[in-house]
Amino acid sequence: MADKIFRVNMTNLSTSIEDVPAEWAGHGGRGLTSTIVAAEVPPTCHPLGPNNKLIFAPGLLSGTVAANSGRLSAGAKSPLTGTIKESNSGGTSAQRLAKIGCKALIIEGQPENDSWYSLLLTPDGVTITTEEELIGKGNFAVVETVEKRFSDKIGVLSIGQSGEMQMTAANISVKDPDSHVRSLGRGGLGAVMGSKKIKFIALDAGGGKVEIADMDAFRAANKTFAKALVTHPVSQALATYGSNVLVNIINEAGGLPTKNFTTGQFEGHEQISGETMHDLIVERGGKPKHGCHTGCVIQCSQIYNDLKGNYLTSGFEYESIWAMGADCTIDNLDKIAEMDHIMDDIGIDSIETAVAFGVAMEGGILKFGDADEMIRIMKEDIAKGTALGRVIGNGAASVGRTYGVIRVPVVKNQAIPAYDPRAIKGIGITYATSTQGADHTMGYTIATEILGVGGSADPLSKEGQVELSRNLQIATAAIDSTGMCLFIAFAALDDGACLPALIDMINARYGVALTADDVTNLGMSILKTEHEFNLAAGFTNLDDRLPEFFELEPVAPHNAVWDFTGEEIDTFWDF
Amino acid sequence: MQVQVKLFAFFREGRFIKEDKELPTGTTAGQVVDDLNIDREEVGVLMLNSRHCKFETVLQEGDIYAIFPVIGGG
Repeated sequence: MADKIFRVNMTNLSTSIEDVPAEWAGHGGRGLTSTIVAAEVPPTCHPLGPNNKLIFAPGLLSGTVAANSGRLSAGAKSPLTGTIKESNSGGTSAQRLAKIGCKALIIEGQPENDSWYSLLLTPDGVTITTEEELIGKGNFAVVETVEKRFSDKIGVLSIGQSGEMQMTAANISVKDPDSHVRSLGRGGLGAVMGSKKIKFIALDAGGGKVEIADMDAFRAANKTFAKALVTHPVSQALATYGSNVLVNIINEAGGLPTKNFTTGQFEGHEQISGETMHDLIVERGGKPKHGCHTGCVIQCSQIYNDLKGNYLTSGFEYESIWAMGADCTIDNLDKIAEMDHIMDDIGIDSIETAVAFGVAMEGGILKFGDADEMIRIMKEDIAKGTALGRVIGNGAASVGRTYGVIRVPVVKNQAIPAYDPRAIKGIGITYATSTQGADHTMGYTIATEILGVGGSADPLSKEGQVELSRNLQIATAAIDSTGMCLFIAFAALDDGACLPALIDMINARYGVALTADDVTNLGMSILKTEHEFNLAAGFTNLDDRLPEFFELEPVAPHNAVWDFTGEEIDTFWDF
Repeated sequence: MQVQVKLFAFFREGRFIKEDKELPTGTTAGQVVDDLNIDREEVGVLMLNSRHCKFETVLQEGDIYAIFPVIGGG
């Protein structure tokens, strides 16, 4: 079935299916969401107003049997950062959308009344229905009810209470193969979906399949690609310990931001580490390895059970565990897992929200290490939308402004994740220059600075860091367009067969002849498209800076400060 | 001399998490790896006092030495 653009106008509740414009044809995933946002969204619009648009796009290879190709991109102007935003997630929706024949879903306009709606996408088009029953409900209830209404095969994208209330840390949940949820986490896209008054989007692919131009070539390339992934030692460690294997090594390197970024090592690191998590999972009959989408051969996810052996959470990631753990000084993994589950249910970014709690602890609203009070605030304040709940639900910068805290770890209002930029300087360049606010995934220099994958760089030295971040940000923009999980990058950085096989698969899928240079150029052009949107929205180079406290406060154990000049940071855009 | 050795991920299996070791002066980071029967090929990162080091690095009295397999995440 030929790929089409599905368009929904929520102002007049109309829908249409359109041919793909020639200039969008070579794009998928992030490249496509950013291209559409840049083409159709006025950069100065209010992110929660009628002129913003919410775009969903599967990657170029989503819906095929290509290993690890199940990432879905969502894009809009972010209500958290005011910049362009792309957030991507695993789950089953990318594959459903691709099989429906939907290259991109564009949601525009805004209802003029107070009604809530749901969307149903099938290969025949989009149906808009008024929704009442699920309003005010969390994501787990939404998924359960939507499955009952349709079938357990249905794909689901939904928002929780925080998205309904348009909190700027709200995320969009994506159903996974076990009817739990993954998250389009960062940048408040759940608030944009809430502003369109859409509670959930159901995806029914029927018997739809994606077309492959050259199936033999595709299969051969996928075999090479999958082999590169499964044989890489990083993939094997991810399947055992999850991404949380990083707690101990980042702590050892002195880059684990602790107690709202006041020091670089956490006394309780061992209790929240990947090693401890693995042992607890095995002890309680959970699953140390688990895929967030069909076709994943890395399996970094897991099923984490509580003491009684009942499901507590999955997709239990390092950055979330760090944020609730070291940053809020909580060393109890069960409490952290409980909070992870609550945040999944109310649909709020676990990085932004937990960093906001760290700032709130510094502001005296609750004590550092008080997990029970965090849980109470999540349930009683954030989920119910009290004044305090909305202050925290609008993110770390919102808490800092409200309570007069100066040490607020954000760039462009988005919380800095799990790696201290004073002790790991390359990632600071990524935080500063990313087109989307602080985000480690935009250019993951940790691979090279700390993990020794793809070469090495001294994390305490400025040398080569701008170039490292630039190269990784360009490559990441391209990978984010393919539908591939970013964890393919470890194999791609080390195994010469991996990237050519990926390009061969794109060529076989579409009957085109892309080269490695074309892919690099794609990455560059995506970054430039996003940067230009931000400039037109009013951002300047002076926004590409870290908060001042990183320059003023040395972080232990290395007593390092952030010492890049503005001029040095600005050379990032020299390409 | 005394050196604290720390192991991570699957290097802990059948070994230890943390141990204070009495080592001869001049012992290198690589010799400790070999003595633990860890295949050098499996080593991803070595850190001495929270800084990356190499197999050839000579250990000193009071060092904290961490040995990691090839790992990743993000």
